[in-house]
Amino acid sequence: MTLDARIDVSVGGFRLDVALEVASGETVAVLGPNGAGKTTLLRALAGLLPIDSGRIAVDGEVVDDPATGTFVPPERRAIGVVFQDYLLFPHLDVLDNVAFGVRENGVTRRAAREHAAAVLSTVGLSDKARSRPRELSGGQAQRVALARAVAIEPRILLLDEPLAALDVQTRAEVRQTLREVFASTKGARVLVTHDAVDALTLADRLCILHDGQVAQLGTPDDVVAHPRTAYVAELVGTNLYRGIANGDVVRVGDSTLVAIATAEEHRGSVLAIVPPHAVVLHRERPEGSARNVFAGTVAGLDRFGGRVRVRIAGPLPVIAEVTPAAVAALDLMEGSEVWAAIKATEVTVFPA
Amino acid sequence: MFDWRGRAAVVAVGLVLVMAAGCGSSSSKSTATTTKTTSNVNGALNVFAAASLTEAFTDEKATLAREKPDLHITYNFAGSQALVQSIQQGAPADVFASAGQSNMQTLVDAGLVEKPVTFARNTLEIAVAPGNPKHITGLADLERAGVILVLEDPSVPAGKYALQAFASAKLPAPHAKSLELDVKSTLAKLTLGEADAVVVYVSDVKAAGTKVQGVPIPAAQNLFASYPIAVVKASTHKAAAQAFVDEIATGTGQEALRARGFLPAG
Amino acid sequence: MAIAGATIATLFFAVPLLGLLWRAPWSSAWEQLTNHETLVALRLSLETSLAATALAVVFGVPLAWVQARVAYPGRRLVRALTTLPMVLPPVVGGIALFLAFGRLGLVGQYLDKVGVHLPFHVPGAIAAELFVSMPFLVLVVEAAFRSADQRLEDAARTLGASRFSVFRRVALPSIRPALVAGAVLCWARALGEFGATITFAGNLQGKTQTLPLFVYVTLERGELAAAIVPSLLLLVISVAVLVSLRDRWLSAL
Repeated sequence: MTLDARIDVSVGGFRLDVALEVASGETVAVLGPNGAGKTTLLRALAGLLPIDSGRIAVDGEVVDDPATGTFVPPERRAIGVVFQDYLLFPHLDVLDNVAFGVRENGVTRRAAREHAAAVLSTVGLSDKARSRPRELSGGQAQRVALARAVAIEPRILLLDEPLAALDVQTRAEVRQTLREVFASTKGARVLVTHDAVDALTLADRLCILHDGQVAQLGTPDDVVAHPRTAYVAELVGTNLYRGIANGDVVRVGDSTLVAIATAEEHRGSVLAIVPPHAVVLHRERPEGSARNVFAGTVAGLDRFGGRVRVRIAGPLPVIAEVTPAAVAALDLMEGSEVWAAIKATEVTVFPA
Repeated sequence: MFDWRGRAAVVAVGLVLVMAAGCGSSSSKSTATTTKTTSNVNGALNVFAAASLTEAFTDEKATLAREKPDLHITYNFAGSQALVQSIQQGAPADVFASAGQSNMQTLVDAGLVEKPVTFARNTLEIAVAPGNPKHITGLADLERAGVILVLEDPSVPAGKYALQAFASAKLPAPHAKSLELDVKSTLAKLTLGEADAVVVYVSDVKAAGTKVQGVPIPAAQNLFASYPIAVVKASTHKAAAQAFVDEIATGTGQEALRARGFLPAG
Repeated sequence: MAIAGATIATLFFAVPLLGLLWRAPWSSAWEQLTNHETLVALRLSLETSLAATALAVVFGVPLAWVQARVAYPGRRLVRALTTLPMVLPPVVGGIALFLAFGRLGLVGQYLDKVGVHLPFHVPGAIAAELFVSMPFLVLVVEAAFRSADQRLEDAARTLGASRFSVFRRVALPSIRPALVAGAVLCWARALGEFGATITFAGNLQGKTQTLPLFVYVTLERGELAAAIVPSLLLLVISVAVLVSLRDRWLSAL
């Protein structure tokens, strides 16, 4: 259930050149803005787009290798795809949509439907089995699409912006469904997204795409803390904390973060995210309304474009993003003692 | 959301139009030819003539262009019964030349034409492929197994005469593979190789030249179709129309008709 | 100006229909319609047009799918070729069919040897109707395939569906309304076919004399009244087709 791909393919003047390995049970998020080549990558992996050179192997079986003339068509790759706009079959009801792939794999209609019903219940949509796709909300449709892809027990599961079309509330619900489904399935997973939060909360590793090439590849903690380029910093350079939530308080090691931004209460393991531009630096302990104030020492100053990322070591490591003028005004340099203040409303909490 | 529906509807409307056009274009079997002359005499004539007269009348037009340059003749060749219908509906005909008396009689009874005069006769002949591969010698052979026979519809004079010829020969009604609506289409079935034998006018066999071969039908079994011609009463060029009729009935037209295999009227 | 033009155009279409109705022999219409010759022609017309439509579906739908979905060299040429009969005078189509499938034709000479005869036989009438009517089905269905979301077919393939299965279980169901519409149009065109039929198949009662040929022959015989009644029947069928298509299409727009 592993994926090993080196892909070089050109589509209408755009060239994608990436290498990607995904282990069994692992989720890799491919992150990048529109036009970075995410969908092209997905189509190549799925077999909907033959690659120009390179090699794609699933569990050691080569499915695409132009050098040897190997090309396994999508229907024989056992790679499930969840499409951004669902692409449910409009003429079939929800149950038959989910049963579609199972049927194609030579199972009787009845057995396929039983299996589909079971998968449908895992995404919580048993009551919609007889509905038509057009009667579903966006979140429901995306969960049906997920069930349909998972039902064939794919070796690899590809997800193309599964949350992009959903509103904030539905997004959180479907994200939870994805998390559950990921936990209960064995295959390798590639999640394509342009949203850093989706990537950070769902993926084991991040693969940042920029202009058809891998800009950085690593664990979320690593990429977030050490963005290698301005582009990566812009995209995912954020403060990411793993902690235990209790009401609107999150304990991160010995420190305590107060978060009141989220509508719902969180308990247990969570991820808390603080965007660096929301961190305000002071040379003296600040007065004011900020609930979270942490002391620390400047560990490094990284200049990215017109911004400076200030890495602060302390009981709670913090990255702040400020202007060069602010660095000068505060006279910041490596070793400077600083106070970092974060408004509670700037802390976003996600279940981990 | 289904944008193809809109597109398809547009396509459909277009198709219906094309369809209508297509239907119309196929049903016309008439041909028309026009002469260009500079004369200003009021001799622009519309001559409606039976299809079997096509070659003879066209020849005659070339003669008349020399001898009577004031006559500007436009021919409309079609099945006689179709021409009768047109004239009844008010088509601008000056002269009508019919195959068979009955069609002319229809117009005489309706008071639409002046007194007709018979100017030629025609008779039936069997036509076969050159070399007569099926060894057809007479009407009796036409019903042999393996001979594909095509005749005219009985509504066409030639078709009616053919049936009468079979009856005169004491033969049962023939089983034709198709009943064409004019002699030219019938002959085409032979020249295209689809029919082994057809029964048409001797003038048509002659007109087809070497592409077909004629097998005569004995006079005792055969019929003689007569060709009457008349000035149409509604004509606005009656003098010119009468001049044309005279040429056909007694003048240069007779030579042209004879050259094309028609028999004299008497 | 516009209204005057529109009025003239409308009248141009309406007046001929009125003409048909005006001269219709209403008192004897039923006898005219149910006399033996008319019924034979009507029955033959229904049989041949339905057979032509069935063949058009069987062969035209795959053609439409290939045209819409498979990029291959010469696709434009094939499209031109397969839509040509729509603009070709049917009588020319009839001659072309002759030269291809006639007894001495390109293919016909071999068909003849194995005992297949098209001209002067019912299959000839069907072939003539198929030739002129299939493009209508292909065009409508191809347009539907073209605007159907191809990514649905991609999705089906990732779920393990073969190309054939994608065609049968996804592509075909998603264009069903267009297929019905295309088939109805095709059938209407086949039913009204005249030129290619009389040229290629000939004119013989019960064999190749379809209703339009019957109308024409009847008129040629000077039996105007007898020709009007089956004409009206064809008119009624045409109107029914248009109405059914309107319900099927326009209501969904």
